[in-house]
Amino acid sequence: MKITREQVLRVAELAHLELSEAELETYSRQLDSILAYIEKLNQLDTSQVEPMAQVFSGEAHTENASAREDVPRPSDVVSAVLDIAPDPSRPYFRVPKVIDR
Amino acid sequence: MTAPAWTIPSVRAALEAKKVSSRELTSEFFACIERRNPELNAFLALSPDRAFAQADRIDAIIARGEQLPPLAGVPVAVKDVISTCGVRTTCGSRILENYVPPYDATAVGRLESAGAIVLGKTNCDEFAMGSSNENSAYGPVRNPVALDRVPGGSSGGSAAAVAAGLAVAALGTDTGGSIRQPGAFCGIPAMMGTYGRVSRYGLIAFASSLDRIGPFATTVRDVASILAVIAGRDSSDSTSVPVPVPDYAADLDRPVRGLRIGIPREYFGEGMDLIVRQKVEAGIRLLESLGCVPVELRMPHTDFAIATYYIVATAEASSNLARFDGVRYGLRVPGATLLDMYKKTRGRGFGSEVKRRIMLGTYALSSGYYDAYYLKAQKVRTLIARDFAEAFQQVDVIITPTSPSPAFRLGDKTDDPLQMYLADIYTVTGSLAGVPGISVPCGKTPDGLPVGLQVFGPHFGESLVLQLAYAFEQARGSSV
Repeated sequence: MKITREQVLRVAELAHLELSEAELETYSRQLDSILAYIEKLNQLDTSQVEPMAQVFSGEAHTENASAREDVPRPSDVVSAVLDIAPDPSRPYFRVPKVIDR
Repeated sequence: MTAPAWTIPSVRAALEAKKVSSRELTSEFFACIERRNPELNAFLALSPDRAFAQADRIDAIIARGEQLPPLAGVPVAVKDVISTCGVRTTCGSRILENYVPPYDATAVGRLESAGAIVLGKTNCDEFAMGSSNENSAYGPVRNPVALDRVPGGSSGGSAAAVAAGLAVAALGTDTGGSIRQPGAFCGIPAMMGTYGRVSRYGLIAFASSLDRIGPFATTVRDVASILAVIAGRDSSDSTSVPVPVPDYAADLDRPVRGLRIGIPREYFGEGMDLIVRQKVEAGIRLLESLGCVPVELRMPHTDFAIATYYIVATAEASSNLARFDGVRYGLRVPGATLLDMYKKTRGRGFGSEVKRRIMLGTYALSSGYYDAYYLKAQKVRTLIARDFAEAFQQVDVIITPTSPSPAFRLGDKTDDPLQMYLADIYTVTGSLAGVPGISVPCGKTPDGLPVGLQVFGPHFGESLVLQLAYAFEQARGSSV
């Protein structure tokens, strides 16, 4: 086994996912077989290889692409955004209480 | 299946000759959708108000005798992971069941500015995660070529809609093969440009370093016309590149004689259906008869692409999908505490494949495993990209099968996620390397199932990819 039930529970906790008992069992089994397959990457020696974080990092045509002029623009979106919120309390989103006093 | 009758040039000719108005043509497409969609399940939402308002604008341009924009009156469909202002956008997920975006994706805005008519939103695997369209919360799409088969995924609805003649063209998205593979399964050309060629603004993110928007159509020429409209720098997407966009359609007729076509041995190994091999090899001989020069290649890291992809893509997905927490939009399942609300909302709102990938990605990024999985995969991604860079030192384009098999039956692979992932074996490589790729029809199996031939080009080599695909399409004609 690559992954234990306890690890699956911890990952679900980190990912903020409530899983049923059946899901925990299924995911433990499936993640285990997927991770076993992924082990094949260890056949490659990558000690001298740089990781590829972006397709075009540092290349010429991305040079001017990173920063635009810092000019304020109207951004009148509050009302449209709150219109589609599950529990708006204008101008806020309401959520369960997070601070106890 | 009836043969799709309309193309971008034929729509234009009919409008200019006043054989049909844009409003009448739009009505005709909605009537077709009404007839066929109950069976195919390709569309999740229709946007008649928006479509007819646009059709009336086109008809007014015609009435005034003014020059028509390039996609005037062309009915298009948009994959449901791409935002459409005022039109429900679910990503095939329960968590966005009632989500109506307050803005348009750049690609959608550009299509409409060019005169296209947005008919509606197409079904897809939930958050574009899947290879068969069976992961949609709104039911699978059926392949219009064979109704007991999947249309491919994740852009299955877009492929099925175009193949069935319910739209002249469609937008899909490709992260590991999600445009090219459904194009192959449904028997139509389907393309992703270079990473960054088309703005991702308004595309609801799955894996940001891999996601690309691209077109489906019934001809390579129409694919080229759509790509030319949606491509180009967009200040709202910092990864979109400021490289000029050529007139792809105008360049299609350039001769392909003398082009060196790379045939990587790794793409013709075990696991491929015999009939797919026969069709693709016949396709290569056809290209040879056009004067292309085949060059045998080695791309030694091909076999590591699926493992690499399923770490990189799921890691990015686990981060991107953290935004769906029930606070600002979409589903909220009440909970006693804030954390309880997050967990319940996400636990019930996401389907099983999405949760599986979030779990895998969270694990790969978690403390103690990051180096072993995510960093390792990013390094192997470098090696895969290097395979492509070295190949393009020797050849102009690379030719491979699009998928190891034709469309499989609904339900065939749903019990085994790893088997489903392996269906992407020939497409994920180009996704990781960021190169452009197209799938073009390459004949049919004795059962009548389409086979796709894939063409990869170097970064920003879209013109070359399209030229080769066009020459191939013309040479094949309507032969099987």
